Amino acid sequence: MGHRTPLYDQHVAAGGRMVDFADWDMPVHYGSLLDEHHAVRQDAGVFDVSHMTVVDVSGPGARDYLRHLLANDVDKAPLGKALYSAMLNEEGGVIDDLIVYRRPDDYRLVVNCGTREKDLAWLAKQTGGFDVAVTEQPQLAMLAVQGPQARSRLAALLDGARREAVSSLKVFAFAEDGDWLIARTGYTGEDGVEIILPGADAVALWAQLMQAGVRPCGLGARDTLRLEAGMNLYGNDMDETVTPLQAGMAWTVAFNDGREFIGRAALEAQQDPEQLVGLILEEKGVLRAHQRVVTHAGDGEITSGTFSPTLGVSIALARVPAGVAGTAEVEIRNKRLPVRIVRPPFVRHGKAVYQQ
Amino acid sequence: MSDIRAELRYASTHEWVRLEDDGTAYVGISDHAQDAMGDLVYVELPEVGQEMKATDEAGVVESVKAASDIYAPVSGEVVAVNEALEDTPELVNQDPYGDGWLFRIRVADTDELEQLLSADDYREQLDSED
Repeated sequence: MGHRTPLYDQHVAAGGRMVDFADWDMPVHYGSLLDEHHAVRQDAGVFDVSHMTVVDVSGPGARDYLRHLLANDVDKAPLGKALYSAMLNEEGGVIDDLIVYRRPDDYRLVVNCGTREKDLAWLAKQTGGFDVAVTEQPQLAMLAVQGPQARSRLAALLDGARREAVSSLKVFAFAEDGDWLIARTGYTGEDGVEIILPGADAVALWAQLMQAGVRPCGLGARDTLRLEAGMNLYGNDMDETVTPLQAGMAWTVAFNDGREFIGRAALEAQQDPEQLVGLILEEKGVLRAHQRVVTHAGDGEITSGTFSPTLGVSIALARVPAGVAGTAEVEIRNKRLPVRIVRPPFVRHGKAVYQQ
Repeated sequence: MSDIRAELRYASTHEWVRLEDDGTAYVGISDHAQDAMGDLVYVELPEVGQEMKATDEAGVVESVKAASDIYAPVSGEVVAVNEALEDTPELVNQDPYGDGWLFRIRVADTDELEQLLSADDYREQLDSED
C-alpha cells in the first residue's frame, strides 16, 4: 500500500482506477480518461493533487534564500501572486519545477511528489547562511478545479471571502481565508483554481463538487490536458540533466537582475544547441516518450507524447537540435512517420492554438 | 467483473479466438484487456494475406496512455482485418467480443486451439493476476 490522500475513499467510491504513482495510491481515471479530459475542456472537472508537496519558507532571510535558490526571481511576484520557477543544481540542471506563492509573512512552495525527498534535502542544504525556516505541511490537501465552468460551479458552493476569491481572482493571483489558499492557477490550459486546504475540508468540498456535477478526473486526463497545454512534466520534459533553456523554460529564468542564483553560471556558459518543440502527427498512430525524432539537423527525442483528445491526433513535446523547423520524422516501431514541428501550446481554452 | 465468454478460447496474452464453421477464426482482445487498457485511440492490424505463427506479433492496440502488442493466438493466414477500427478504435472498448474483433485467421492447425485457455482457465489466470 502506498501513501493515501485524505480523498482515497472518495476515489474508490467514485470508481477510481487506483494505481501506484510515486508511492501514492492515486486514481488514473474513473472509467474514461477521454470523458474526463473533455469534461475539463468543455465544463468542469476536479483533480485530487494532494500528493504534491507543500513547503513553507519563512523567516527574515526567506526572500534572499529564495532569490539564491530559484532561477526565477520571487521579487517578480507581488503579494498575493504566484510565480512558476525551476530549482537548479550547480550545473543548471532542473532539480524540480515549482510554484511559489508570495504571502504577507512567508512564501509557500508547491513541489512535485516524486521529487519530494531530494527537494526537501536540497532545500535544507541550501539554508546555510540564511535566517530561514523550511517547513513541510503534509497535513494540507490540494484540489484543482479546472474547466470553463469550474469557477462558477465552485463559487456557487462557497460563501464570503472564499466565494469572492474564486469569482474575482486574476490569473496567477491567490487569496487566503482561514487555512484555505485559493489560487487561480492550474495545469490544464483551462480556467480554474487550485485550492490548498486541510484534509477534512477537502473531503467535504469534494462531496459538494460531486453533488454539483463536477467530474472527478484522474492522473491520466491530467497528463493529456497538460500536454495539450504545452506544459512540462518533471521527469519527462526536464530533469537534472536538462537546463531550463533546453526545456522551453527560458521565460522562467530571471537573468537581468544580477542575482547569483544556483546554476546561473552554468546557464550563462551553456552553448547548447537543443530546443523543446511541439510535434503533431497527422497520420494514424501515437507519439510516445523516447521515440527518435529524425530531422535535417540531426536526431532528437520525444520527451512526452500522447493522443490529443481535443485535436483528435497525436501530439508530443520533443527535444531537437536548435533551429529545426517545418517537418521531421518520428520512428515508431521501425517505421518513420512525418510530423509537423509547431510551437506549443497545442490547445488553450478548448481551441487549437499551436503555431507553425 | 470482466466478461469472459464460455464459447471462446483465450491466449495468456489476453487475445480471444472464436472458430467458425469454415475453418477460420475471429481474434480480438478480452473484455479484461480492453478495460485494463482504457480508451483505445489507435489499432494497428496485420496485413491480409500475412502468414503468422502462434505467438507472433500481429499488431498493436494503443490507448491514450500506452501501447500493447497483440499476438497471434494460433498459426495461419490472415484472411480479413476489421477495417472499421481504423476510424473507430473505440469499438474494441464498446464490444470486444463483437464489433471490436481485430482480425480473422485461417487456422492452420486446430490442435493449437485446444492448447489455448478455456474460459475457466482464463478466469483463473485473471484471478491470480489480481
